[in-house]
Amino acid sequence: MKFLEEKIFKVIMICAAMIILGVLVYIIATVFYRGLPALTLDMITKLPGGGFYLGKEGGVLNAIVGSLYIILGSLTIAIVISVPLVMYINFYLPARSIFSSLIRFSLDILFGIPSIVYGAFGFALMIFLGIRASLLGGILTVAMLIMPIMMRSFDEITRLLSRDLPDALLSLGSTKYEMVKVILRQLMPGLVTAVLLAIGRGIGDAATVLFTAGYTDNIPASLNQPAATLPLSIFFQLGSPVEEVQNRAYASAIILTVIILILSFAARYFSSKFSKHKI
Amino acid sequence: MRPLRVAKDKTARYLMLGIAVFTILLLLVIGLSLFFKALPIMREKNLWVLLTSANWKPFKGDFGFLPFILSTFYVSLIAIIIALPFSILTSIYLNSYASKNVRRLFEPVVDLLSGIPPIIYGVWGTLTIVPLIANKIAPKFVEFSTGYTVLAGGVVLAVMIIPLLISIMVEVFRSIPKEMIDASLSMGATKWQTVKKVILRKSVSGIIAATVLALSRAFGETMAVLMVCGNITQIPHSVFDACYPLPALIANNYGEMLSMPNYESALMFSAFLLFIIVVLFNGLSRFTLNQIERRYQF
Repeated sequence: MKFLEEKIFKVIMICAAMIILGVLVYIIATVFYRGLPALTLDMITKLPGGGFYLGKEGGVLNAIVGSLYIILGSLTIAIVISVPLVMYINFYLPARSIFSSLIRFSLDILFGIPSIVYGAFGFALMIFLGIRASLLGGILTVAMLIMPIMMRSFDEITRLLSRDLPDALLSLGSTKYEMVKVILRQLMPGLVTAVLLAIGRGIGDAATVLFTAGYTDNIPASLNQPAATLPLSIFFQLGSPVEEVQNRAYASAIILTVIILILSFAARYFSSKFSKHKI
Repeated sequence: MRPLRVAKDKTARYLMLGIAVFTILLLLVIGLSLFFKALPIMREKNLWVLLTSANWKPFKGDFGFLPFILSTFYVSLIAIIIALPFSILTSIYLNSYASKNVRRLFEPVVDLLSGIPPIIYGVWGTLTIVPLIANKIAPKFVEFSTGYTVLAGGVVLAVMIIPLLISIMVEVFRSIPKEMIDASLSMGATKWQTVKKVILRKSVSGIIAATVLALSRAFGETMAVLMVCGNITQIPHSVFDACYPLPALIANNYGEMLSMPNYESALMFSAFLLFIIVVLFNGLSRFTLNQIERRYQF
């Protein structure tokens, strides 16, 4: 009897796992199946022409470049803040101090805040600072969104580092600051993983940039101009009643999915590389 | 030479301290600024009325959030009900049964599922789930449904929270001491009996914490749900009714809000509401999960 139960549940569990795997394949297959016919070279090399949203020619280069600008800007801010913070929790504060667990706890909570709330807060902040919907607004808001993601994953990797290296450096008489400079070199693959994860999340999020970055058919030339983003471009094209435009939305979805796939596998590659060198 | 090195170290230390304080303060600043933005409407209307009235007529100055709150709640509930069994079964399978190769195959699957942007889930939902509900499922129960329903939102959301549930639950199961499992197995219990009587019983608090965390993720999910749930202001009476969750309300109305009195404040109120619920849920479950991790670390 108990062996029968064992067998039944094993089958159910395998089914559950297979369904989850199947859904992933289904999602990617759906997007590719619907988008591939409309995916042309024009899509990724041209700006939307006149009447693009009525089915005339053009591409989504504005959104690709806009997303790229926003992610590069916010990434810079996020790295500048995350790296020192993670070093501070791990090497400056004593292990298991109340302050470091307080920081980690607030990171966990910041991580859980929905992107629409970051969007609303970013918008409120922009009104306060007198910024209009622009590249700068998008960069600031997305930076807030990806900061906790980066800090948490970089922190997790940093915690795995053996204490031998820091101890050896300190015993040789280096200051903590000099020690951190050496350790950072060791942690580089981990940082790359964290950065790739953050890019993946930041580039795909629409709710944060909805009111903060605005939308435009051109490539922004300065920080004060609005910037288009890939997810929003998909969203707006989907809203069109013209079928051709909808098909282009699916094609843009392929572009976004491919970017995410590449980022995800690159992150995996770098993190496996890191664990190989772990002492 | 020494003072310069030491001075550098000291400067770096204070800078880092500043950043650390900034990170903790950021949470407070977000909460407070949303609160102050929402204050005008809370001053004008009774908080209880705001939360329990179903009367939403911004033009007349009536702001009842009940339809949106209930929509958010229903969609998230359906998502959890669908996602939980799949996640628990899969995590048990990965933890106790699967070979190393299967586990290695599943890591990128979970990663990818959590990495796919909400907008892609939305596209997938509109292309597959919505027509499925409109043409196949709904006609068996109700006369007519567009497919843009509570159920569609719940299904799409379920897929989105499954990776979060799995990754936390695998951690929770892993934190159970191996001796306990070995003891059960050596007494002649089958693997499933061990899972049932030892692993699951030991991880109840962890599973609850993971569920609460996933629930709070579900509350805040915007774009994917917005694209499949219909966005009609009403209290949904069945899973085949359209609904209008809070995040969708914010996302849809933000641009045009400034012309109406109190409208901006009302939207900020919903953002504040989301913030409070999510922080509360997140705080509780993270605290529980940290406790679990600590208990088994030594």
